[in-house]
Amino acid sequence: MNMENSLYISPSPHIHGGDSISRNMYGVLIALIPAFLVSLYFFGLGALIVTATSVVACVLFEYLIQKFLMKKEPTICDGSAALTGVLLAFNLPSNLPVWIILIGALAAIGIGKMSFGGLGNNIFNPALVGRVFLLISFPAQMTTWPVVDALNAFPMTYTDAETGATVLSLMNEGALTELPSYTDMLIGCKGGSLGEISAVALLLGFAFLLWKKIITWHIPVAVIVTVFVFTGIMHLVNPAAYASPVVHVLSGGLLLGAIFMATDYVTSPMTKNGMLIYGVGIGLLTSIIRLFGSYPEGMSFAILIMNALTPLINTYVKPNYFGGK
Amino acid sequence: MRTFRIGGIHPPENKLSAGKKITALAVPKQVIIPLSQHIGAPAQAVVKKGDVVKVGTLLAKAGGFVSANIHSSVSGKVNKIDNVIDASGYRRPAVFIDVEGDEWEETIDRSEALVKECNLSQKEIIDKIAAAGVVGMGGATFPTQVKLMPPPGCKAEIVIVNAVECEPYLTADHSLMLEKGEQILVGVTILMKAAGVNRAVIGIENNKPDAIANMQKLAAQYPGVEVMPLKVKYPQGGEKQLIDAVIGKQVKSGALPISVGAIVQNVGTVYAIYEAVQKNKPLFERVVTVTGKSLKNPSNFLVRMGTPMSALIEAAGGMPEDTGKIIGGGPMMGKALVSAEVPVCKGSSGVLLLTKAESVRKPMHDCIRCAKCVSACPMGLNPAFLMKATVYQNWEMAEKENIQDCIECGSCSYTCPAYRPLLDNIRVGKAKVMGIIRARKK
Repeated sequence: MNMENSLYISPSPHIHGGDSISRNMYGVLIALIPAFLVSLYFFGLGALIVTATSVVACVLFEYLIQKFLMKKEPTICDGSAALTGVLLAFNLPSNLPVWIILIGALAAIGIGKMSFGGLGNNIFNPALVGRVFLLISFPAQMTTWPVVDALNAFPMTYTDAETGATVLSLMNEGALTELPSYTDMLIGCKGGSLGEISAVALLLGFAFLLWKKIITWHIPVAVIVTVFVFTGIMHLVNPAAYASPVVHVLSGGLLLGAIFMATDYVTSPMTKNGMLIYGVGIGLLTSIIRLFGSYPEGMSFAILIMNALTPLINTYVKPNYFGGK
Repeated sequence: MRTFRIGGIHPPENKLSAGKKITALAVPKQVIIPLSQHIGAPAQAVVKKGDVVKVGTLLAKAGGFVSANIHSSVSGKVNKIDNVIDASGYRRPAVFIDVEGDEWEETIDRSEALVKECNLSQKEIIDKIAAAGVVGMGGATFPTQVKLMPPPGCKAEIVIVNAVECEPYLTADHSLMLEKGEQILVGVTILMKAAGVNRAVIGIENNKPDAIANMQKLAAQYPGVEVMPLKVKYPQGGEKQLIDAVIGKQVKSGALPISVGAIVQNVGTVYAIYEAVQKNKPLFERVVTVTGKSLKNPSNFLVRMGTPMSALIEAAGGMPEDTGKIIGGGPMMGKALVSAEVPVCKGSSGVLLLTKAESVRKPMHDCIRCAKCVSACPMGLNPAFLMKATVYQNWEMAEKENIQDCIECGSCSYTCPAYRPLLDNIRVGKAKVMGIIRARKK
């Protein structure tokens, strides 16, 4: 063949940095490993079954929908469906029956993601769509969490685990004196959804995400600081009715949501200033729902509401142009 | 250590030819000298078929205010004036010269001796630079004399010498600083005189410690000239980025560097200015890096303009079997050449050979709005948004989002995890919007 005809011609740049969608998705999955290990330790078999079911179901639903409904090459290897599966599982009680998890996975992938056209086109965080769908459809099963029982949690039927209150439900009932210690909250020795219990494990994941430049600090920090300041002010005003801001930051799905759910690329703003506004919005809504709403936890709703506002934020909040404007 | 403030990326440097001595490449049998080797109007040919020319003979006169003279790089006979595909990919007129001997114009000082003294006036210097056909040699090829004639009301305060060479692979400027440091510094003082300023900063990225050390040592004897090491970050060689890094001022959208008192010249250009003013030598040869991972012997050659790229590749060990792409310039902003027969011209800083595997782009996915392009953009733009505006042909929106400020550095496409051709699209949109802005001004 003639050398001249065998040359590639394309516009610059002629090299690529090597980043890819799958690198980022698998990176987030790796960052979730510490939280998963803590969950296995405290919830045992239940954590494994719920997570495995959710991941397999999400990947399978994505494959089937892409292959047979959208009639295109499935992209399940990019890791995004598996990530949705893990995040959905992390937002569920570890004693949830398999059939409910399947419904949640179908809602997450089918309604939350594929109905918009798949990865990159969805408005709402798919895992949260699945979780909120289940929360509204199965309020009883979704709000009874097994009590933590380290290393002793391998009953044959995991759904029969003994259940108990969470930090947030105690706070919602005004039982501020029965809260677990700060150490327990940091490590994860407390009731709750299976991936949200350990602050230390989640912060470890955060450090990994920052190190690998998968996310920036803006959204998580904005969320956490806002919740801390807002609940802090309320605590100062009336310590008997409102728990300390440290409890709020360490409890419920706040850290899981701030670090792993709110930072979902597709459904969060693109500019640094936009990210800060979005984070503050999530923090405010979460605090308001927690302190004044009927639900003990508001993180899911707060993120979904701010997801809906993201296109608006992207339209009005612009990057800092070189030379100013 | 200083650097520019917004965005930027860190591509692998791959400076394979760093530290290689500059060697003069043999004069080829025929040269093809394009009449458009600069931004602006093409030069007008003053020779015709059959004319006998020497090295340094004027071939074509500047065709307008923003234009540059073109000189012969060889001695011999004009074979024809015909169209040829040049490094920009367009078919444009060029002078073909059959080489006979190597006879130089008598006016050119061919000795190696350093000429420090310069007693010319500001205007005489600028006239000499214009006569020698000096243009920006970093790749933009803007005629140098035009930069030295600021519009009324603007006053230069500082000359910034762009010795950043932030493009991966390229080492032409680096080798020039190691071997021609003294000449460059004389060139800087001439430039300062021409611009009427008493301060100059030579900005060098700190991945070239030997060049920094050499220039710092020499600069001690030249009052007002400072060598500033800069933190490595692409695209620091962008004019606006370099000004931000060196003096901490950001040139506004649509404004010229002179609006913040700066005149920026590439270090290769400064060397050409020295040769033009002190040695009466027109710009007809330059240092070109020939490089690539499969190339046997990556090198820095001193090359006569009009030499085909293939001659350089041959001298560096021959074209590797697995060559998939030949790039004129660096991998970030260089242009893919249609063949190895494209002639070297004033803006040719390098020839880069990519392997077939390196040449293939991966298929693109939908945008996942990860905003990595926004973080990477050194102009503070939102590339994903600008691509969308271009795809939907929403020029009003594209202009509002400052698509016209894009410097086409490629950081967005380089960064995109979905392999989206962001810059390809933005370039199209930018050209369209620039046209709209020009039409409105008329």
